[in-house]
Amino acid sequence: MEQLSLFFREHYDIITIVILSVFLGIEIIGRVPSVLHTPLMSGANAIHGVVVIGAIIIMGEAEPDNYLALVLGFLAVLLGTLNVVGGFVVTDRMLEMFRKKKTS
Amino acid sequence: MNSVLLLSYLIGSVTFILGLKMLSHPDSARKGNLVAAFGMAIAIFATIFLYKNREGAALGNYGWIFSGLIIGSIIGTLAAKRVKMTAMPEMVSLFNGMGGACAMLISVVEFNHLHQHIASGIPSGELLIIILGMVIGTVSFAGSIIAWGKLNGKIKDRNIPAGQVINFILLGSIVMLAVLMFFEQSNLYIYFYAILAIAALYGILFVMPIGGADMPVVISLLNSFTGVAAACGGFLYDNPVMLTGGILVGSAGTILTILMCRAMNRSLKNVLIGAISSGKGNGGGGSKEQGNYKEISLNDTAVLMAYARKVFIIPGYGLAVAQAQHVCHELEKLLEAKGVEVKYGIHPVAGRMPGHMNVLLAEADVPYEKLLEMEDANQEFPTTNMVLILGANDVVNPAAKEDPASPIYGMPILEVEQAEHIIVNKRSMKPGYAGIENDLFFKPKTSMLFGDAKKVLQDLVTELKTV
Repeated sequence: MEQLSLFFREHYDIITIVILSVFLGIEIIGRVPSVLHTPLMSGANAIHGVVVIGAIIIMGEAEPDNYLALVLGFLAVLLGTLNVVGGFVVTDRMLEMFRKKKTS
Repeated sequence: MNSVLLLSYLIGSVTFILGLKMLSHPDSARKGNLVAAFGMAIAIFATIFLYKNREGAALGNYGWIFSGLIIGSIIGTLAAKRVKMTAMPEMVSLFNGMGGACAMLISVVEFNHLHQHIASGIPSGELLIIILGMVIGTVSFAGSIIAWGKLNGKIKDRNIPAGQVINFILLGSIVMLAVLMFFEQSNLYIYFYAILAIAALYGILFVMPIGGADMPVVISLLNSFTGVAAACGGFLYDNPVMLTGGILVGSAGTILTILMCRAMNRSLKNVLIGAISSGKGNGGGGSKEQGNYKEISLNDTAVLMAYARKVFIIPGYGLAVAQAQHVCHELEKLLEAKGVEVKYGIHPVAGRMPGHMNVLLAEADVPYEKLLEMEDANQEFPTTNMVLILGANDVVNPAAKEDPASPIYGMPILEVEQAEHIIVNKRSMKPGYAGIENDLFFKPKTSMLFGDAKKVLQDLVTELKTV
C-alpha cells in the first residue's frame, strides 16, 4: 500500500495528464459524420502505434548478450512499426477516395 | 530528459490531437492523417537518437532497431497498398493486433528485466502497470486476430456454451493471480505467464461468439484497448508522447465505438452480450412460411430501368465483395444518358464498416452529390420508380421497423418499400449477415435478380445499350 501511495505521489502529474487526455479525446470526436467512422478508427489505430517508441527503448537498452530480450525487442519494434506505417498508409488510401468531395 | 527530445514529444502529442480533430471533418481528414504521421516520425526518430536512460546512457543495438523499423515499414506499406478496398476492415484489425502484440512484448521484456535486476522485488506501481499493459495488449492482440479471421471468413461464428460464465471466470482469475503477485516473492514468472495465457484465451473467447456484422464495433473497441496498453508503456517509461497518444486513442476510440453502436441503434452491451442469441433464434424456420418470391429477367430489368424517371441504387456488401463499384458507375452513366435520374441511398452501416460504401463508390468516381444519406434517401423513395438493391439485406429489412422480436428491431433502415418497384440482386436466397429472413423479398412489389453483382451489372449494361 505504502509503495502504491508513493507511486501515486511520484506520478501525480502523469495521472493528471491521463485524466485530461481522456476528456480531450472525448471532446475531439464529439460530432463525426458516420462516413468518417472507418477512416477515423483507422487513423486512431495508427496513432496508438506510438507504442513502438516503448519497443525502441527496450530494444536499445537490452544487453547485447541477452538474446531473449533482443529477439522479443526486435519483434516488438517490427510489429509496432507495422502498426504505425501500415496504419497511416491504409488510412491515407481510404481518405484518398474522399478527395473529390465538395460539401458546398 | 534532453530538451530537444521533450520538444519532439510535445510536437508529437500536439499533432496527434490535431490529427484526430482533423480526421473527424471530411475536408481536412486526409491532411489530419498526414499531420499525425509527421508527428509520429519526429517522435520516433527523436527517441532513437536522443533518448537517454536514468544513468545517462544512450540507446544501443541500432542495427536491431533499424532492421526492425525498415522491415516493418516495407511490409506495412506493401500490405496497406496492396489490400483490396473490401478487405480494409480486416487489415485495420490486423494492424491493431500488431500494436497489441507490441505492447504485450514490451511488458514481457520489461518484466524479465526488472525481475532479474531488482533483488528486492519489482516496485508495486511498476508491477501493476506492467501487468495492466500486458493483459490489455494480449487481449487486444488475440481478439484482433480472431476478428481478422472472422472478417476474411477463416473463422466461423461459434457459440460457446456458457460463454459469459467462462469469460467471467477468466477475468476473475486474471485479477486474482495479479493480486497474488503483489504478495508472492518467488515464482513470479509462473504467475506472470499464467496471466498472459489466460488473457490470450479471454481475448479469443471474447470475440469468438460475436457476429460478423458487429465486427467493426469490436475492432473499434479493441483499438481503444490497444491505446490504453500503449499508454501503460508511457507510464512505465515516463514517456509523455506514448501516454497522450495512447490515452487519446483509448478515449476517442471508446466514444467512436459508442457512436458506431448508435448508428445501428444498438447499445454496446447489446452488441457484446446480446449477439449470441441473435445468430440463431430467428434464423432458419421462417423461410418456408414466407410464401413465394418472383424472379425477373435481365431484359425486363433493363427495360424497366430505361423507362423509369428516378432510380435509386442501394449498395451493400454484395457489391463490395463482387468489386462491382466501377460497373455500377457505368450503369449509372448509361441511365443518365437516357434521361433517368440516378441516385444512391447509403445506409450508415452498409457494407462491413460505417462509411464503407462511400469509400468504394468514391473509388469508382461516383460524384459525391449522388450519394444520399439514409434520412434524405427515405424522403425521396415515395417519388422513386425503381429501387435496385445490390447485395444489401439487413439495412432494407422491414423487420427492423415492424417486428419487435427481430434481433435488428429498432435499427433505422432504408424504407425502399415506398418506391414503385424493387429489384433485389443477390447471389441466392440465403439470409444476410445478421442471419435473419427478409420479408421484403416476398412482397408483391419486389422481384429478385439472382447472380453475382458484377456479372449482373455487366449484363445489365449490355442489355441497356440495346434497349
